[in-house]
Amino acid sequence: MEVFQSHRKSSSNNVIVSILPFYRSAPPLEVRLEDFEFFAMDRLRVLKGISDGLCRGKKPEEMEKLVVDLWKANMRHPQAVEEVNKDIISHFVLRLVYCRTEELRKWFLSMETTLFRHRFRLESSEAQRALMSEFKLPYKAVSNAEFESVKDKLGQVARSMGQNLAAADAIFYKVPFEEVPDLVSGRRVFIHKGHAYVAMNQVVSLVVTQFRSYISKALILTNRKWTSTIREQEKDRLTPIVEALCTSYLGPDYSQPQEFGEISIKDIDQVAKTSFPLCMRHLFEKVKEDHHLKHGGRMQLGLFLKGVGLKLDDALAFWKAEFAPKVSAERFDKEYAYNIRHNYGREGKRTDYTPYSCQKIISVTPGIGDHHGCPYRHFSEENLRAALVRMGLSSRAVEDVMDKVHNRHYQLACTLTFEAVHGSSCDAGINHPNQYFIDSQRVLQSKNGSVA
Amino acid sequence: MTKEEADNGRDDMVIDVPGQANAVPDGFNANYLRIYYGKLFPHADMFKWMSYGNDGKHPGCDKSYFGRREFSFTLENDIYIRFQSFNSVTELENSIKEKCPFKIDIGPVYSVDPAKRHAYAQSGNNVFTPVERELVFDIDISDYDDVRYCCTGADVCLECWPLMTIAIKVIDTSLRDDFGFNHILWVYSGRRGVHCWVCDGKARRLTNEQRAAIADYFHVYKGNENSQKKISLPGLVLHPFLARSYTEVLKGFFEAKLLPNQNLLASEERYEKILEMIPDASVASELRRRWQENKRASMSKDDINIVRWEQLKSILQSGKQKMQGLRRCVEEIVFSYTYPRLDMEVSRHMNHLLKAPFCVHPKTGRVCVPIDPNNCDEFDPTTVPTLSQLLEELNRGGLRQDAENEWDRTSLGESVAFFRTSFLQPLLKSCKEEIENSYNAKLQQSKNDLS
Repeated sequence: MEVFQSHRKSSSNNVIVSILPFYRSAPPLEVRLEDFEFFAMDRLRVLKGISDGLCRGKKPEEMEKLVVDLWKANMRHPQAVEEVNKDIISHFVLRLVYCRTEELRKWFLSMETTLFRHRFRLESSEAQRALMSEFKLPYKAVSNAEFESVKDKLGQVARSMGQNLAAADAIFYKVPFEEVPDLVSGRRVFIHKGHAYVAMNQVVSLVVTQFRSYISKALILTNRKWTSTIREQEKDRLTPIVEALCTSYLGPDYSQPQEFGEISIKDIDQVAKTSFPLCMRHLFEKVKEDHHLKHGGRMQLGLFLKGVGLKLDDALAFWKAEFAPKVSAERFDKEYAYNIRHNYGREGKRTDYTPYSCQKIISVTPGIGDHHGCPYRHFSEENLRAALVRMGLSSRAVEDVMDKVHNRHYQLACTLTFEAVHGSSCDAGINHPNQYFIDSQRVLQSKNGSVA
Repeated sequence: MTKEEADNGRDDMVIDVPGQANAVPDGFNANYLRIYYGKLFPHADMFKWMSYGNDGKHPGCDKSYFGRREFSFTLENDIYIRFQSFNSVTELENSIKEKCPFKIDIGPVYSVDPAKRHAYAQSGNNVFTPVERELVFDIDISDYDDVRYCCTGADVCLECWPLMTIAIKVIDTSLRDDFGFNHILWVYSGRRGVHCWVCDGKARRLTNEQRAAIADYFHVYKGNENSQKKISLPGLVLHPFLARSYTEVLKGFFEAKLLPNQNLLASEERYEKILEMIPDASVASELRRRWQENKRASMSKDDINIVRWEQLKSILQSGKQKMQGLRRCVEEIVFSYTYPRLDMEVSRHMNHLLKAPFCVHPKTGRVCVPIDPNNCDEFDPTTVPTLSQLLEELNRGGLRQDAENEWDRTSLGESVAFFRTSFLQPLLKSCKEEIENSYNAKLQQSKNDLS
């Protein structure tokens, strides 16, 4: 794959191997540098969406729909050739990004495999058969006549697993039992005279297993190549892009508060109680209690408030008032006002700082005297439970949240908290404290017809 | 006994008591074994079996095949020697006769002659590795001690032996119907269990993973003395294998034989074990109450076990039972008592050594004779020929001109004949075909390559 800067050359190889690529080798395509990055980011949105869906425990049918929606939203192109090229290019770019550590590889492998599984299922039977022969799997479809003769037994097997012999699964493959030890082991197939009758969804598992095993090996090889040659060779061009890609937050940045316009000082106390996520509630409570916050907390809460709609003047007034018992007005103006103005882009290089996403907040480690970071990650179990109870969660809800915490799904824990507090579901999951705020306001407004 | 026979070192067995000229006291020792290996043990048949058709007569034969098979001998005084291998029937026979092993085990066929294994281990490429091995199973009645009250441990009697019989039926049927295997040998282990040797080419070439899969397919009974519920049959219906086993073998055996013979519901101690398996406490209490009130089946002449079992079934299978766990409760109880309890470890690995058929068991003196799976109901472990009995029969027979087929005039004859006609001959025929086909295919392939 050649990466070109600036100008576009028409792709000389319009070869489509199949609609669903196996990513066996990087095709000889030419890619613009911008496309290199953007294609990858689009695919990353798909993979992260899948990751979210899996974390939320979506059922297979829901996942399938999610995959379709994500793909349509991010990867579609009116020209089939372009779509396939983007598919392949983005996969290979992300291989570079995600080959570098064991954890990254594991994540990428898991998401790509899930993506492949659902896309495979959506293919027509001919396409699936063609794909299977590419993988050289020795499966023969069962003839209608034979199917009729074993239908009862197949139904029995399905029901023994709590499933039904749906019309969709009426396609069965006859395979030597030696090829499917897992299915034999779990008595998940009907076996007769040495042949196992494998249902379509089980065949998918087998193809996916092959795919997974292939990608897994490819990632290791890619990592070797990356470490030995590519990273150095591309240190001025591709390497910075690759290194930035895996930590990128891909949602809206909430730098411009939109929906609820302005929030004024007098509203803050009220909305803090109803619509702040735990991380911000905690910081807010601490400011009120200690009349102080260290730098990390001021940044996290301050930017959040900006995203919520607090204007600069109101922000200055807020912090000044809260700090008043410990910091005189003059000292405030000297030591703290500048930073707040800086956050709003009125000082220095005038960057309008964006409020922190969950990813960023989770990644920081608060030190002694700090109160920022993600409480789901850093609070002791006891403190977290107490905080959740203070937010009004039932003991059942607290258990559910703690379960997510124990499994280190911090955003999921926050999502469950949201759902428990508001009594409504949050399908998209929480990715950003300001998103929590907006969603919360939305729910409350639809309930009360007013803001908070 | 003639002078010649006496001179062959069997003096210690000569009993000069009139009328007891042929009697041989019970026992197991090297002297008895020597005669056994000398006259009765079917060396040639074992050799033919283990060669799987590679007798050198066909150009496609692998002459190294038999020599790559591991045997191990347990000698007197528990001396154990592994990695014994032989290149011909004569070598095998001579070694056995000379060493007089108390036990012979058969291992896998390796990639190279086991005697040369050290040379290959050096290369570090794992070149010394099993390449073929029969699929084997081992079922031991002492694993059923919690469900038989007539015997424990190593003892076995005609009341509890049928547990082995039904195990054979369940596994044998599945090996043939489900897995498509044909060449299956069931052998009495000599004391308290049975072994199964699946000898099809496909079976011999199974990987460890595939063996484990088959073992897991058969694995239904999961537990030990610490677990309460050892059989769990979730799902609305049973897998066809389990359903067939239940309706064709287990249910009938449990209700007609095991239940009354072992008095499984006759006393509180025993029926509590069954009541424990019912997940619905109220159902269990209801039955308990009824049975405590009715200490004997005063009303009917029927066996109390059967009466109570009917009551239990009637409550559990009535349409009124909504609770999920009760759906298959009756089957679960029957399975816990009767379903085969295999030793999983034996089947999983290619390098597991298993006792050879026609060995003699040191503790019982009984010969490990084949069992006909089609007639396994008739098999009686208490009448299997013993070593001393066979020697006595030999004595009675007198001097014979032909040294061959000595077994024919003993009770062992029947077993050897069965081994040959039902197992060995069909197996060898099939092996020959396989060798020929494979050879012809290779010839064809090289013709294609050249053209």
